[in-house]
Amino acid sequence: MVSIWFMFLTFPIMVIRVNTIEKVVEWRWGNLLIVGVGVFILSFVWRYLIRKKEAGTQKTEAGEIHRVPLTQRISKKPRIYIPAFILIAGFAIAFPFAFSMYQTNIMITALIYVMIGLGLNIVVGLAGLLDLGYVAFYAVGAYTYALLNHHFGLGFWTVLPVGAAVGFLFGILLGFPVLRLRGDYLAIVTLGFGEIIRLILENWNEFSFGPSGIANIPRPGFFGIQLSLQSATTYMYFLMIGLALFTIFVVNRLQNSRIGRAWIALREDEIACQAMGIDKTKTKLTAFAMGATWAGMGGVIFAAKTTFINPASFTIWESIIILCVVVLGGMGSIIGVILGALILILLPEYLRAFSEYRMCLFGAMLVVMMVFRPGGIISNVRRTYEFKGLEAHSRQE
Amino acid sequence: MSLKGWKPTAGKNDDMGTILEVKKLSMDFGGLRAIDELDLDVTEGEIVALIGPNGAGKTTFFNCVTGIHKPTEGIVEISPPGKKRERLKNLKPNQVTERGLARTFQNIRLFSNMTVLENVMIGRHCRMSSGVAGAILRNRATVREEKKVVEDGFNILEKIGLAGYVNEFASSLPYGAQRRLEIARALATEPFILLLDEPAAGMNPQETRELDDLIVKLRDEESISILLIEHDMKLVMSLSDRIFVMDYGKRIAEGTPEEIKNNPVVIKAYLGEEVHA
Repeated sequence: MVSIWFMFLTFPIMVIRVNTIEKVVEWRWGNLLIVGVGVFILSFVWRYLIRKKEAGTQKTEAGEIHRVPLTQRISKKPRIYIPAFILIAGFAIAFPFAFSMYQTNIMITALIYVMIGLGLNIVVGLAGLLDLGYVAFYAVGAYTYALLNHHFGLGFWTVLPVGAAVGFLFGILLGFPVLRLRGDYLAIVTLGFGEIIRLILENWNEFSFGPSGIANIPRPGFFGIQLSLQSATTYMYFLMIGLALFTIFVVNRLQNSRIGRAWIALREDEIACQAMGIDKTKTKLTAFAMGATWAGMGGVIFAAKTTFINPASFTIWESIIILCVVVLGGMGSIIGVILGALILILLPEYLRAFSEYRMCLFGAMLVVMMVFRPGGIISNVRRTYEFKGLEAHSRQE
Repeated sequence: MSLKGWKPTAGKNDDMGTILEVKKLSMDFGGLRAIDELDLDVTEGEIVALIGPNGAGKTTFFNCVTGIHKPTEGIVEISPPGKKRERLKNLKPNQVTERGLARTFQNIRLFSNMTVLENVMIGRHCRMSSGVAGAILRNRATVREEKKVVEDGFNILEKIGLAGYVNEFASSLPYGAQRRLEIARALATEPFILLLDEPAAGMNPQETRELDDLIVKLRDEESISILLIEHDMKLVMSLSDRIFVMDYGKRIAEGTPEEIKNNPVVIKAYLGEEVHA
């Protein structure tokens, strides 16, 4: 059944080919057969995996095996995670020297996504506010740098905090009207906000130079030394590594703080959260503002990296990719978001070999992910606490 | 633990002050009057029950007092022991909680993807002060506060008898334990009065007995007054000092368990009018 359905679905792309030069239609029936048989076999693999997964959940529900999440298991064994950490760090340092500039550039993009992904993670993953207009803050950051540089000649390092502050302000600006909304309604309003910002940038020619964008944005300076393109890229790469680490550090601290807990409580149950003495308004606003701050900083870096920005870089598609990073990686989980960003940004690049089927494969991957790991690659692990006398209690239970 | 911060000044039969007073409270939903000029008061150290048939407006009453609904008319006044009398008007739920009224929910509303301890730590939120800057810099004050919250949370869990579950997810607890966790979470906000909405719903007789002990313990050891909604009459009769009966948003009776048991109006509300053939 499934294979027949797929044969039907892929019929237009796999079987019919219109030869535009000779104006004839080629029918490739052989391909139809391949798709049919291939999907038939795949459907069995699929069913086997589903069954295995269901068996797994049944076991956990029955309490047969006490499941400790993988990340927790790793983090408990220093013998595994210290070498792993050194390996990753070594790889990260060696990367720009070992690979081509093209590769390094892709990596920088991926790192920018790590950063803004972690920012969105605060809003969506922790506070549970579905924000589809996140790219607006990214655009705000990028244009802050571009415009301030164009008009006043301000440098990257001056604008980076300014971009963060402007992002913060816009976060609060958006936060106020949407305080009462949640779920789907919030998603729609934020979507609208994202489009508004993009349309303003596109149409307000005097302010933002319209669709033609702003060019010649300087790369980040390095104590006033002129860098070649090669070393500028390497410098940018290390700068991004540093900023990504800084983001991870901050988000990690926020997540296990009083504010972070309030965000999670807000996500879990808004009414109970208020009844427990948490100010909903304040908590939501801080979540929006903190998320927007990272997007603003990310935007500044993006502008500095590409040296050219126009509104076409900030479409809704961009928002969706960032959201995918968070959802795919695992909402609320830092390592998950990092992995998600790396996979989502690097995969399409390396899948270029499959050129036309690139997006198709990408889509298939997302579907498979959501079926087998609906919580994301790495779901959020809550912090555990140790107490004296706890052992005694557990034994009594 | 500042739950023990103050000592009861006298036994509970002495002339102690009213700590919660509700006068002529009404709540309209469109054309429907869910609560109709309800009067209710709780004296310090008392366990008061609010009973009534389904749909009588009991939970709505709780929502009005705790600020989730804005009552159409009427006054809610609190006078926490050792503090000034205050009228609760146009307050948000979190502000009400800050003033010392904590509640639990009829349908359990725990933060299910957080651990048991974190649930209790959320309860302490309004008694803490560190902000974003503190969280990022993790300065000494924040660290101290965090440490204290963890300790306080653990102490509360120990008292409630949930210490064995500290690091479990709230959703993985057995039903009775979830109900108790709701109480623990409410306790963490340091209330002077606890509003329990059907705490025994869905519990087995064993769990109900434990709950009975727990509530008495809270009153006696923590000096927290209790206002509870409950359908389990055995629990209500054994526990409460006073009972208010509601039907169709109105108060139809008030009195000791003995008086309520024999009150014809109450019996009528619950069982319908006796048919004289």
